[in-house]
Amino acid sequence: MSAKVQIKGIRDGLLVSLGNGSWGELRPLLLEHLDQQASFLQGARLALDVGSLALKAADMGQLTKEISDRGLTLWAVVSESPATERSAQSFGLATRLAKPTMERSAGGEAAASGEENAVLVRRTLRSGASLAHFGHVVVIGDINPGAEIVAGGDVVVWGCLRGMVHAGAQGNEQAVVCALDLSPTQLRIAGAIALTPKRRGKPQPEMARLVNSQIVAETWDLKRERV
Amino acid sequence: MSGKVITVTSGKGGVGKTTATANLGAALADFGAKVACIDGDIGLRNLDVVMGLENRIVYDLVDVVEGRCRLRQAMIRDKRLPELYLIPAAQTRDKSAVSPSDMVRLCDELRPECDWILIDSPAGIERGFRNAIAPADIVVVVTNPEVSAVRDADRIIGLVEAEEKGPARLVINRIKPEMMRRGDMLAVDDILELLAVQLVGMVPDDESVLTSTNRGTPVVLDGKSKAGTAFRNIARRLKGEEVPFMNLEEDGGFLSRLTRFIRPGGS
Repeated sequence: MSAKVQIKGIRDGLLVSLGNGSWGELRPLLLEHLDQQASFLQGARLALDVGSLALKAADMGQLTKEISDRGLTLWAVVSESPATERSAQSFGLATRLAKPTMERSAGGEAAASGEENAVLVRRTLRSGASLAHFGHVVVIGDINPGAEIVAGGDVVVWGCLRGMVHAGAQGNEQAVVCALDLSPTQLRIAGAIALTPKRRGKPQPEMARLVNSQIVAETWDLKRERV
Repeated sequence: MSGKVITVTSGKGGVGKTTATANLGAALADFGAKVACIDGDIGLRNLDVVMGLENRIVYDLVDVVEGRCRLRQAMIRDKRLPELYLIPAAQTRDKSAVSPSDMVRLCDELRPECDWILIDSPAGIERGFRNAIAPADIVVVVTNPEVSAVRDADRIIGLVEAEEKGPARLVINRIKPEMMRRGDMLAVDDILELLAVQLVGMVPDDESVLTSTNRGTPVVLDGKSKAGTAFRNIARRLKGEEVPFMNLEEDGGFLSRLTRFIRPGGS
């Protein structure tokens, strides 16, 4: 199924690419996919690549409505079919993504939606900042309270983690979260939620993971890990 | 002469943006510069009240933007400082009466005649904030030593960075040194560790600020007030001078120094 519907992050939001097939077959798959990933997609701006598929204006109208019902925004429809482009334009949708966007997404093509894909963020995420990625997330900087990271894989923070982090957001129970100072307002791994206990003493690097569906954080002891 | 635009903002309301704008404006004008203060809080104006110029308003910011008067006509000269001007906000309109590009145009018109243009931003992160931030060269974020104010300051600093308005500068207002020493108030170091921006001033909580605000005379003109001195120092730092941070601990004389000496670790 996932081969028919692929989602990846681009500069202007998310790009949803559809595989081969008829619209009647792809539409329910697309909607099902959006529903499954609802918590992940939350409020996202979507661009849809329908390939050579010809979409009538009525289909387009129905789709924009169904997408906005899910709290998402469809802003662009990319297609090789002039008919689709015309019906997209009649709904005020863009039919081309910005140039640099295409180049950026082309770079990530190889591991399009795989979890092996990681992003590196080299700045501090302040309150109100939000980062969602299907793969792993590595941050060099702090995550301040009020900022959030949702990742399909692991989250590594080289800095102080004080915001909200959800690792393994698509149900990956092997996901871990580590930080030099692990004191998030809330920590989620797959389906489990934990709060930070009151700290005693100096902050130390810690790693949190799931043990029997409970989130456990352990200090990163260099000597012990080596043995 | 090309003036610099300083926007004073905070996110949270009631932390002292308007007081800071009025006092920094007065301090810079007192140092001999020509200063224009713009009230960006359309619909809830009060910079005019704090500066004591409320009864002189004829034209306001929206009149200028909508072309009902010339810019000069809306500039109210201060009672005491001849080089200090106020452009008041309209009270009967709302934030949508002005757009960010209007503000940029207005400030570009002011730049050749003024050394400093100070904009008092409204609370919040919506239109009014966008208007105030659009023409800024320097953004000063005011916060209090309270968790909620610091959280909002963090958000604002992020938005300022996203607008590429350079690193924001921080003023911590209403510090109670006594409470900070006891550990009952968020410490300056903790605030700086979280926000990671340049500190340009610490202003102690001072009753003279309230009385002078009510009277409409900036506290910087009161030589005895600690808060007034703090605002003066901020103005000098914004001008590019190196000014050491003053000691906020009130010197309660020999006895308090002695008790502190007797109780080590109490700091």
